[in-house]
Amino acid sequence: MVLVILVALLAATALFSLASGASDASILPIVRDWFAPAGGALSQRSHLIIMEIRLPRMLLGALVGASLAVSGAVMQGLFRNPLADPGIIGISAGASLGAATMIVLGGTALAPLAIFFGVYALPIAAFAGGLAVTTLLYRISTREGRTSIATMLLAGIAIAAMALAFTGLLIYLANDQQLRDLSFWMLGSLAGSTWSKLWAVAPIILPALAASPFLARALNALSLGEASAAHLGVPVQFFKMLAVLVVSAATGASVAVSGAIGFVGIVCPHLLRLLIGPDHRYLLPASALLGATLLLLADAASRTVVAPAELPIGILTAAVGGPFFLWILLRRRGVIDL
Amino acid sequence: MIETTNLSVSLGRREILSSVGMTARPGEMTVIVGPNGSGKTTLMKTLSGDLAYRGRVMFNGISLSSMKPWQMAALRAVLPQATTLAFPFTVHEVVRLGLTNGRSGALPDAVARLPERALARVGLENFSGRLYQELSGGEQQRVQLARVLCQVWSPVLEGQARYLFLDEPVSSLDVKHQLLIMNVARDYARHGGGVIAVLHDLNLAAMFADRIVMMHRGKIAASGTAADVLTEETLATIFDCRLAVGFAETGVPFVLPQSAA
Repeated sequence: MVLVILVALLAATALFSLASGASDASILPIVRDWFAPAGGALSQRSHLIIMEIRLPRMLLGALVGASLAVSGAVMQGLFRNPLADPGIIGISAGASLGAATMIVLGGTALAPLAIFFGVYALPIAAFAGGLAVTTLLYRISTREGRTSIATMLLAGIAIAAMALAFTGLLIYLANDQQLRDLSFWMLGSLAGSTWSKLWAVAPIILPALAASPFLARALNALSLGEASAAHLGVPVQFFKMLAVLVVSAATGASVAVSGAIGFVGIVCPHLLRLLIGPDHRYLLPASALLGATLLLLADAASRTVVAPAELPIGILTAAVGGPFFLWILLRRRGVIDL
Repeated sequence: MIETTNLSVSLGRREILSSVGMTARPGEMTVIVGPNGSGKTTLMKTLSGDLAYRGRVMFNGISLSSMKPWQMAALRAVLPQATTLAFPFTVHEVVRLGLTNGRSGALPDAVARLPERALARVGLENFSGRLYQELSGGEQQRVQLARVLCQVWSPVLEGQARYLFLDEPVSSLDVKHQLLIMNVARDYARHGGGVIAVLHDLNLAAMFADRIVMMHRGKIAASGTAADVLTEETLATIFDCRLAVGFAETGVPFVLPQSAA
């Protein structure tokens, strides 16, 4: 039932997202234009804006939002901790370091790479950074074929701190223009979404999202602890690896196209647990839907609040998500028991 | 039958279990007792498949090391000492996790009602919709027992005896519920299943065990019936505590801490 409502909500938000922005085009003509492109419901210029700017941006926003929320829900299930997030185990920090390296050193030391990959250089660097952290974490926390979740969490905090230090060093080295690019990217933004960016990340994000429902039963069992999950017959090691792979792919790809967008991964699953309970069979798809919806809403707001300019979306999600999360915590005091 | 031969387990460089040879038969309750640090819990974890070991562990004639997690889960269910949950699951959702492996042994149309029946078995009718996190420690432990019962509901499945592993199942319970849990376990054994329980309470052990295995410094110090094992001599050497052993009218031995010299 809640899933049906969430699908309807996402559809409505998607339409709203297509219709809002610096240039005006209302919902009804967009829908008519979709079914009869030759009908002339929209001007040539509006048609172009919708198809080439807003549609890829809307799709990318939905993918990123779904990735962030699902990654958060999976990490929380894996770590048995409602505050876990790809940001916490350093995947986002690693991706940010990769991007910062490309922005600052792309003109000098890494120039050949920057020229070779062109517009893809930044996303690829971010993705590589995220993947590098995940691989390193996995190496550190796996002994004799068993991955210790506690070691992984602690190592992740240490690695995130190191990545942050290196990013700081790069910021220190950067010139004025690079500094501007850096801070804008780090705040998170969907501006500059294109079909080519969408095609670059969709093949990574979609399989990760499609794999997530297969984690649901294992994550439910893992809520009893790793030993008990294994006693229930769940091949725990396999599912831990699959979960980490899903999260690093989805997070790396998301951070690559949109920078670090905070709080979606914590707020969506938490809100849904209050609404439909913690059963991951429903929580994971619902998180994908709600994450996509919230990010599209935030993006629409970021485009209209200071139109015709736009606000980096990361500012908006943190500014709204932070207080919202605190409000949940205060209302439900005592339920989150670490 | 569960049988270990020359079973040794090391954690780091320390050998926690050395050359343990024990058997647990279907239809019996085998109780492991021993002082703190004697290796009871390590033995239980090894039998549960959690630890690497040297030697041999056989379940109904099959080597433990050759079994996959789901094959083990079809043969035995494990009740941990205590379980906390990070998320607000309901009691019903927790108990239903016992059905994850799909080998409860109940008929297909009865499986859906199994969580309710298991809850009734442990005295928690009408707790289905309650939140697990809001229950008392003793209630949580009984919910977990209901979950474990669901996993191996039929004590014998396709001719194979199945086992309940209980690690200090009654340590957080009041006396009424201690007896309730121990009776559920004994009943499981009476219907052909096997039970291995780690107990601290020597009197409960004496009362319910068909066979007691007494551990000391990673080895089996004594095993047999309660009357064989719980003697003043073994208690003095192994627990380092001089206790007088009395006998109840049923012939079951008991010890009282008041008798300590």
